[in-house]
Amino acid sequence: MLLAVENLAVSYGGIQALRGISFTVEEGEVVTLVGANGAGKSTTLKTICGLVRPQAGTISYQDETINKVAPHQIVSRGISQVPEGRRVFTRLTVLENLEMGAYTRNKQETRQSLENVFERFPRLKEREHQLAGTLSGGEQQMLAIGRALMSRPRLLLLDEPSMGLAPMLVREIFSIITEINRSGMTVLLVEQNANMALSIAKRAYVLETGQIVLSGTATEMARNKEVRKAYLGE
Amino acid sequence: MMMRCEILTLALGRSRLILIFYRYSCSKCFYDSCRPGGALKAIGGRCMFWQQFWQQLVNGVTLGSTYALIALGYTMVYGIIQLINFAHGEVYMIGAFTGLIMVTVYKVNFIIAILAAMLVCVPLAILMERIAYRPLRKSTRLAPLISALGVSIFLQTLVTLIKGGPNPLAFPQVIQDTVYVLGPVRFSTVQVLILVMASLLMVFLQFTVKYTKIGKAMRATSEDYEAASLMGINVNRVVSFTFAVGAALAGAGGVLVGMYFNSIHPFMGVSVGLKAFCAAVLGGIGSIPGAMLGGIFLGIAEVMGVAAGFDTYKEAIAFGLLIIVLLFKPTGLLGLPIQRKV
Repeated sequence: MLLAVENLAVSYGGIQALRGISFTVEEGEVVTLVGANGAGKSTTLKTICGLVRPQAGTISYQDETINKVAPHQIVSRGISQVPEGRRVFTRLTVLENLEMGAYTRNKQETRQSLENVFERFPRLKEREHQLAGTLSGGEQQMLAIGRALMSRPRLLLLDEPSMGLAPMLVREIFSIITEINRSGMTVLLVEQNANMALSIAKRAYVLETGQIVLSGTATEMARNKEVRKAYLGE
Repeated sequence: MMMRCEILTLALGRSRLILIFYRYSCSKCFYDSCRPGGALKAIGGRCMFWQQFWQQLVNGVTLGSTYALIALGYTMVYGIIQLINFAHGEVYMIGAFTGLIMVTVYKVNFIIAILAAMLVCVPLAILMERIAYRPLRKSTRLAPLISALGVSIFLQTLVTLIKGGPNPLAFPQVIQDTVYVLGPVRFSTVQVLILVMASLLMVFLQFTVKYTKIGKAMRATSEDYEAASLMGINVNRVVSFTFAVGAALAGAGGVLVGMYFNSIHPFMGVSVGLKAFCAAVLGGIGSIPGAMLGGIFLGIAEVMGVAAGFDTYKEAIAFGLLIIVLLFKPTGLLGLPIQRKV
């Protein structure tokens, strides 16, 4: 088991964002958390990365509890996140953004990661010295993914990668995610676009107001009547 | 309205003409103006004005570059954690006192005194952040501000107690003060030293922020604190580093100002700190080139204002200017436009 979340509860001030959720991610899988706005999907990812402290429950990664580990150390342990809304550093160049992604790595590793990322995203290579703020939405999403790959994670967390992108770009981004997974990386994907998410995931969990209400293989979920009604617009 | 415009153009045209004329025949003109009477008197008067102008410009840039050194600390810290570190003026004051101790007690060279001041200010600022600001980082924005005022008063009182009174101390002359004449302008050795040191430090800072790994991390953190920590950047270390760099610049500034005005006291950080803060806001808080520009702009304005006879309002010039600039450009001269998240 690469990642195991058990009875995780998180609250912001007085608001209970997560009410004891449990799920697992196995090495090599694509697992997706689907759910509506405010269901607690982003909170889950932020808690795994150490940005939010859990109220109760445990997060274990490679059989070690990482609840109290600082965010920057979690990155060096091999978890990397593509945050919601891309959050690229707009006032840094594309190259500098990627260098920041490899902050925990040494010079040689950075150079190698850079080559890999440029190979995967040739468009970033073309725009190497441009400020990230001048890129289009799709390019910024590619940069955000490339930046997360720079630290060579074992587990990649993606928060709403389809947000604000045209349908064609969404398909492109999802095929990139599939490719990344095929190259051996484990992916935990959070999406509102359940259709796309279920099409590439192996397993899925449905999150509703801070609780997991359904779980199973992605194909099962896509066939499930309730899921189709609530998230696939039927 | 049209007439006013014409007069303005005429005035502009004339001053430009005089400027050109002045450039080419300056030294001659300078001597002519000393000659009593004669046909050249009118031109001589104008020349006196320009000679004064260039001299005050140099004085203003000198004073301004000390403001800039201190303003950088405000702007960098604000850029990273959105805190106005009101105790920054006290770091500058302690830098000046360290310099004084070094040159009087240990009788060292002024360069070593500057380095020592930087070395004392760096741990001081790091400690200050650890004790007074870091525990409050997740509280309301007002809390660290009040804490900063507390640190400021604490340090002023501490130095007053150690020194035994608030009265100023004389800063001895540590370098042979020669006057250099360049065209119409006279430079003192201290002025040259301030200009050289300030420029060197600022170039070094720009280089650090632009090209080094920690500098890039600083820029990333100042744009998006959370995203930076997701990159594996230890943001606490970046914050400490930012305080350290700001403090080193302020410490050096303190010694330089001590040498320039030959007098230091425990409350010297208050007015200079406020003015440097104005300079940082004027240039656009959070912007490093903005702080440099704002500092120099303010220094020139203050010196020119005094030279023009407003010496009673010396302290008001900086704040007046700040109000005027903010009325027209609320984010400061080089500030980024205010971003609203949708």
